[in-house]
Amino acid sequence: MSSTLGSSIGKKLLMSISGLFLILFLVVHLTVNSFLLVPDGGDLFNAGAHFMATNPAVRVIEPLLALGFIIHILYGVKLTLENRRARGPERYASGKKTQGVSWASQNMLVLGITVAAFLVLHIANFWVKMKITGDPRLEHTTIEIGGVPTQVENAYALVNTTFSYLWIVVVYVIGAVGLAIHLSHGFWSAFQTIGFSNQLWRKRLTILGNIFAWIIGVGFSSIAILQYLFYQPN
Amino acid sequence: MEKTINIKLRVWRQAGPKAKGRFETYELKNISTDSSFLEMMDILNEQLISEGKEPVAFDHDCREGICGMCSLYINGRPHGPDDRVTTCQLHMRKFKDGETITVEPWRSAGFPIIKDLIVDRSAFDKIIAAGGYISVSTGGVPDANAIPIPKEAADEAMDAASCIGCGACVAACKNGSAMLFVSAKVSHLALLPQGRVEAARRARNMVAKMDELGFGNCTNTGACEVECPKGISLANIARLNREFLKAKLKE
Ligand code: HEM
Ligand code: SF4
Ligand code: FES
Repeated sequence: MSSTLGSSIGKKLLMSISGLFLILFLVVHLTVNSFLLVPDGGDLFNAGAHFMATNPAVRVIEPLLALGFIIHILYGVKLTLENRRARGPERYASGKKTQGVSWASQNMLVLGITVAAFLVLHIANFWVKMKITGDPRLEHTTIEIGGVPTQVENAYALVNTTFSYLWIVVVYVIGAVGLAIHLSHGFWSAFQTIGFSNQLWRKRLTILGNIFAWIIGVGFSSIAILQYLFYQPN
Repeated sequence: MEKTINIKLRVWRQAGPKAKGRFETYELKNISTDSSFLEMMDILNEQLISEGKEPVAFDHDCREGICGMCSLYINGRPHGPDDRVTTCQLHMRKFKDGETITVEPWRSAGFPIIKDLIVDRSAFDKIIAAGGYISVSTGGVPDANAIPIPKEAADEAMDAASCIGCGACVAACKNGSAMLFVSAKVSHLALLPQGRVEAARRARNMVAKMDELGFGNCTNTGACEVECPKGISLANIARLNREFLKAKLKE
């Protein structure tokens, strides 16, 4: 087993599996975020957040998610460093004129670091406040869940206030676009790595990957922008 | 009608593996556009010898695009500006009169420079020796077509088998990865019943050797496929990943 995960293909397998796992997480996350756009004063979003916070499955998935990120980041850095060594110190004086190689595929670490930088802000903004320090804006609010009035944290208020700062919205858009470009290569690449690709599926997966990447990118950015522009109480 | 051009060549010169290299510039006049790139290099060497200078060392053998011996990184691309050809099949009609042409060796930690434009590609031989063959039990000559092979498998195996081991894939790769080469060698055997017998062991051993020799980890950028003179497809890398992971699962 150690020889498998220590091999070049094994290390890539870890990147692929952790990447695909993070993709699944993004789908759930974007779905819950889309509730932010329902103009009901945040009730549906609060219900979604309450469900995510209290559901036992999420308790298990959260540490897994952290592990996924850690593996993905550590191995991403490790692979990139090893590859620089394998490339050798010399560069071509006449440059690289190879056509048709996507920029994203050659800059996955830079794009990943953009996402990671955003992630730090994101965690400080929301996760730390919701889970550890608390925040006055999280004051309980009462919503109806399945007809039963339930006291929940007002996560919507926290998100809504956070998105009233233009600079935060700008950082969010940069992070989301970086993520979209990361995925425009990463999506199909993850399937190629586990061997699920051939001439035909490569075309399909690249198209699907690009569509998915930009749904994620535009989805996350537009929610932040719309919150800033149209959902602020004045 | 024969056309001729005058060119300037910037060629990497390096006396030996440890020596410090540098570019030298040479002028060549009246080069026929019908000549191949290597014929042009021969003319350069004739000129250097007549001037009492050391000729440029470069690799070549068949000069018909089948042996994989020629190399050269020309104007930003392995095997030069033409697509799907080796350097020996590249013609001077691809260059303009008065053009400066930069010629460099393959650059990758797995391919150290021996002299001038010649790099040591014996790492590829070591990878082949680790499993790129089938063990044949001797006996009578088997009947032709005794083992039926689907047309598609035969075609794909044939395509993979066209890899000539030139190393352009490694030269083009930002990760110094040899995956396209290894995947071609694993694929052309894995697709055929005769090669299947040892498929798992082959994938395991060839990948282990490739890693041991210091080639990089493939990140699926696809530069190799674009520069491969034989059009070896990235689909082979997916197959290699499959073969390797399956082999490891079976362990
Ligand atoms: C939600 C966030 C992220 C998702 C969904 C994601 C997804 C992916 C996927 C699917 C791949 C392709 C894996 C493969 O080729 O097999 C990939 C590759 C990569 N990721 Fe991420 N990633 C994320 C965040 C990050 C972060 C924070 C970094 C870190 C610094 C990073 C660094 C990399 C690198 C360097 C690669 C290329 C590795 C390779 O191809 O060998 N990623 N990512
Ligand atoms: S895969 Fe293509 S570029 Fe690589 S060694 Fe074989 S023929 Fe040359
Ligand atoms: S010299 Fe044989 S392929 Fe070019």
